[in-house]
Amino acid sequence: MVSIRTVDATVDFPIFDAKSRSLKKTVLGLVGGNIDSDAKVPVINALRDITVDINHGDRVGLVGHNGAGKSTLLRLLSGIYEPTRGISEVRGRVAPVFDLGVGMDPEISGLENIIIRGLFLGMTRKQMVARIDDIADFTELGDFLRMPLRTYSTGMRVRLALGVVTSIDPEILLLDEGIGAVDAAFLEKARGRLSDLVDRAGLLVFASHSDEFLEQLCTTAIWMEHGRIKEQGPLDAVLRHYKGIPEPAEPAP
Amino acid sequence: MPSVSASTSPRETAWARAAHDLAGGWGQRQLWAHLGWQDIRQRYRRSVLGPLWITISMAVTAVALGILYAGLFGNPLETQLPYILVGFIVWGFISGCINEGSEVFVANEGLIKQLPAPLSVHVYRLVWRQTLFFLHNLVVYVVMLAIFPQPLTWRSLAAVPALALLMVNGVWVALLFGIVSTRFRDLVPISQSIVQLMFFMTPIVWIYGDLLNSSNPTVAERARIAEFNPFLHFLEIIRAPLLGQDQHWRHWAVVLAITVVGWALTLVAMRRYRARVAYWV
Repeated sequence: MVSIRTVDATVDFPIFDAKSRSLKKTVLGLVGGNIDSDAKVPVINALRDITVDINHGDRVGLVGHNGAGKSTLLRLLSGIYEPTRGISEVRGRVAPVFDLGVGMDPEISGLENIIIRGLFLGMTRKQMVARIDDIADFTELGDFLRMPLRTYSTGMRVRLALGVVTSIDPEILLLDEGIGAVDAAFLEKARGRLSDLVDRAGLLVFASHSDEFLEQLCTTAIWMEHGRIKEQGPLDAVLRHYKGIPEPAEPAP
Repeated sequence: MPSVSASTSPRETAWARAAHDLAGGWGQRQLWAHLGWQDIRQRYRRSVLGPLWITISMAVTAVALGILYAGLFGNPLETQLPYILVGFIVWGFISGCINEGSEVFVANEGLIKQLPAPLSVHVYRLVWRQTLFFLHNLVVYVVMLAIFPQPLTWRSLAAVPALALLMVNGVWVALLFGIVSTRFRDLVPISQSIVQLMFFMTPIVWIYGDLLNSSNPTVAERARIAEFNPFLHFLEIIRAPLLGQDQHWRHWAVVLAITVVGWALTLVAMRRYRARVAYWV
């Protein structure tokens, strides 16, 4: 059964400045005792008391201001960060689409990048080769797939990344806002494929600033603020509260 | 379909997760084998000879240093050159694993933060890449055999398990150094300078046996100190068979002991700090 469960999960980042990320201080610290405040590593509380329960078929939108913890939450949900405190339990094959430049080698062709990305997501080479045609079809990149990735525009990279994750039947799909870079027509096409995927196999968590995308892809939402969950519930209610629109959705004058 | 080890479950102990990381990474052989090979092709992209450059530069270095040190030590070239060549090839592997190992997670920061994959994938990729370098360099060794034949016997096959041991040690070294130096970045330059220093302290250009039996007692005395150098033993278990020389079992014993202790330390570090690496990079 595909699910993501977290209970009071906390993600704290130690921030080592150039001085404290060295042996010198640790060694000296052992000898001379603690030097009050600056002996301690400053910590950023990126996520606090995160309790979510996302199950098969759920399509969750993540909203919140920049720095509210959306991307960190996605990384927690993908298993990249294990919580510093609390519990997180991810069941299912995860396919994230976060930063589009990373995990792709700009010097090799789109085709090879498709295969490598697939391998990273737990596929075999053979399975990926079998899917190449499907991905080429979906991304509409045509001959460009034979070109080095550095020649691609941002939107083309998004197409490639979406093509890969949607072709490998992941159970948990995590999308960060970057996919807004594709054009409307392609998004329409991707939407069908993404909903199919969620219906068939799993769940989707999607962070975005675009109401339009959120409404197209999601049914529920989580509102993040200062690393905490401010509200979770049906998408329209959360969006309304997030935007500060007063209760029963009156059509704006 | 192989499952991605991204699933995390609180019921798993920290030990199980560490083991899971190592096994999961091993399961993704196709990935790191591909990436390791890709790394080499990438380095020689657009060059006409491509990875053949690895072989050529090793040949040039070994021949030049072989001639130089044969002259300096007054040794015959047919002794000095094979010794230096094999020493260089093995040293290239060892120093590569240590130097690149200490940067392995920092260098893969992007991948670590973007894709849920076992940490060990990056380490296996590194050791595989070093192994490919080693194999490219072995071509020079084969050519050398034609020019300066060595008294190879069936016992020379010991070089195969010796290389395997080298790889097994490469994995723990890269994991351990990678984890520690991701947290303490100063360890990267520190370990690099130590490795550079060890190159001179290890019998690579100077012939261990010759100095041990030197007529000058001071030199013989100092050469004996090399026994405390772990690299000596790693070098000996593979160089002696490749040059058709007899070797003492103590070298194997020391290497095996280091392998066990090193892996034990690494497993402890993996258990304790594996999950922290994503936070530190």
